[in-house]
Amino acid sequence: MLIVFALLASPLAQAQLQIEIISGNASALPIAIVPFRWEESAPAPATGVAEIISNDLHRSGLFDPMDEADMPERPADEESIRFGTWRLLKVDYIAIGKVRSSPDGRGHDLIYQLINVHTGEKILSQITTVGQGDLRFGAHRVADAIYEALTGVPGAFSTRIAYVSATGLGKEQRYQLSVADADGFGPQSVVGSPEPLLSPAWSPDGRKLAYVSFEKGNSAIYVQDVATGARELISSQRGINGAPAFSPDGRKLALTLSRSGNPEIYLRDLATGAESQLTSNSAIDTEPAWSPDGRIIYFTSDRGGKPQIYRVPASGGNAERVTLAGDSNARASVAPDGRRIAVAQGRGNEYRIALWELEAQRFVVLTPGKLDESPTFAPNGSMLLYATREGQRGVLSAVSVDGNVRQRLVLSEGDVREPAWSPVIR
Amino acid sequence: MNTALRLVLAVVFAMTMAACSSKPKPTPEAGVAAPAGPADVVTEAAPDPRDYSDARNFDNPASLLSKRVVYFDFDRSTVREEYRGIVAAHAAYVAAHTSAQVTLEGNADERGTREYNLGLGERRGNAVMGLMSAQGARGGQLVVVSYGEERPVCRVSDEDCWAQNRRVEIVYTSR
Repeated sequence: MLIVFALLASPLAQAQLQIEIISGNASALPIAIVPFRWEESAPAPATGVAEIISNDLHRSGLFDPMDEADMPERPADEESIRFGTWRLLKVDYIAIGKVRSSPDGRGHDLIYQLINVHTGEKILSQITTVGQGDLRFGAHRVADAIYEALTGVPGAFSTRIAYVSATGLGKEQRYQLSVADADGFGPQSVVGSPEPLLSPAWSPDGRKLAYVSFEKGNSAIYVQDVATGARELISSQRGINGAPAFSPDGRKLALTLSRSGNPEIYLRDLATGAESQLTSNSAIDTEPAWSPDGRIIYFTSDRGGKPQIYRVPASGGNAERVTLAGDSNARASVAPDGRRIAVAQGRGNEYRIALWELEAQRFVVLTPGKLDESPTFAPNGSMLLYATREGQRGVLSAVSVDGNVRQRLVLSEGDVREPAWSPVIR
Repeated sequence: MNTALRLVLAVVFAMTMAACSSKPKPTPEAGVAAPAGPADVVTEAAPDPRDYSDARNFDNPASLLSKRVVYFDFDRSTVREEYRGIVAAHAAYVAAHTSAQVTLEGNADERGTREYNLGLGERRGNAVMGLMSAQGARGGQLVVVSYGEERPVCRVSDEDCWAQNRRVEIVYTSR
């Protein structure tokens, strides 16, 4: 009766990228990514490698890459850099490079250097090799290396995002779970359905997605291998089967079940199928999120009247309230360092993404609203993706954790929501 | 898609079109006679709109049985007074027809997070189920499915549209 499509590697409409700078970041590092010299016989792609690298670094909020049009020269070799000119333009670092066919002829070599303009010190001198058709991925890898060399923190630009989109209303409604590069390019379908899909969550190895599908007439949780499309039905019990979240070691799935009559948090051992109940309360308990060490489960509960974040030991025990300010706070995403959680904070009809600092016990509001939700941390903790609305349409935005840089990922069709940022894929 | 579901979708669509810029209106008073057919056509007698065991009333606009959507206040799951008559009518039908099966589809507006809204939609479905059970429906005849905010009938971010989406749809899978 219901047709469920599992289309692998089928390209979707190309994403358009729009970068919106909210306020200048005075401490952003001035850097110039000079267009890489194209040395292959095939024609160069429309979007150059350097432009992709600049965009990546820019939206992290930590870098201020020079516009290509403002560059006084375009050296591809170290010897031809006129450092004095770049110093006058107040550029601290310069990256130069070239793109060649790899020696086996089956891919691209990105040969590049990162140099301190003031001292002439060569910080990076590397070759990144990627397969045919993976030039964008190669550019993201170079951005990761530059980011790590200059900040000491691994980059997260070569990661992926999963998200849900919907088109149509009523009988015409269709739902689609997709994955794309972290900058929104290269979207590919994971699963499509005429019934709702929601709550995608990555496995810690970045190979699988857990999600909720209504294709059987009620909510059910599936785990699907992104590369092969093979999937497994994990839970389709009476009532709600929702909010899956893999434990950091990948062995357990936290989930919400309402088979007892109202939503409670459970842990499912993925190897044995054994289930243990973590909460027991007549309120709505849902949206579990693991601490990075796997010891604590944060979750949303309205046991105090309105939704707030609580936590409970993953081994079981009493729940305690975490968020102590704001009318309502829901859907926690835990930072990779475990020191803060991002939530959707509601006040009246407005919802914003806010960070709750666990030690200082205070909120930092990151986004302007009005209907912002589903925050998800980059695996290096530098940025968050979240869902917001433009008119009647859902779009994804990224915001740096200092709140200074926001970027919209506008997909060409449909209502886009529920981003989930992948871990670093090894 | 089965006929019952199509019917409900058609009703919901019609209500959306009719009420797109206003709050859902209170149910018109029951007991208004159906308009008579043309004199030269032989028609069977119109059903008594208050006979909630009569399946013909599902298509009789004068009967509460023709109404199959219950609306709610924000973040609330209390069945408002104005919708208790509709719920009672369906409870009476289901009590009178032991083979009748009903799915109570709970829905929420877009405010609040998606998984929380799944819980809220279920709470609303449970509230309607509780009333129907108290009025004679048997437990095995009713099932609640929550769609949370995933199945809006209206996509504008304002109170009028939100009010359309905070609803329980009474869907007959068997009459």
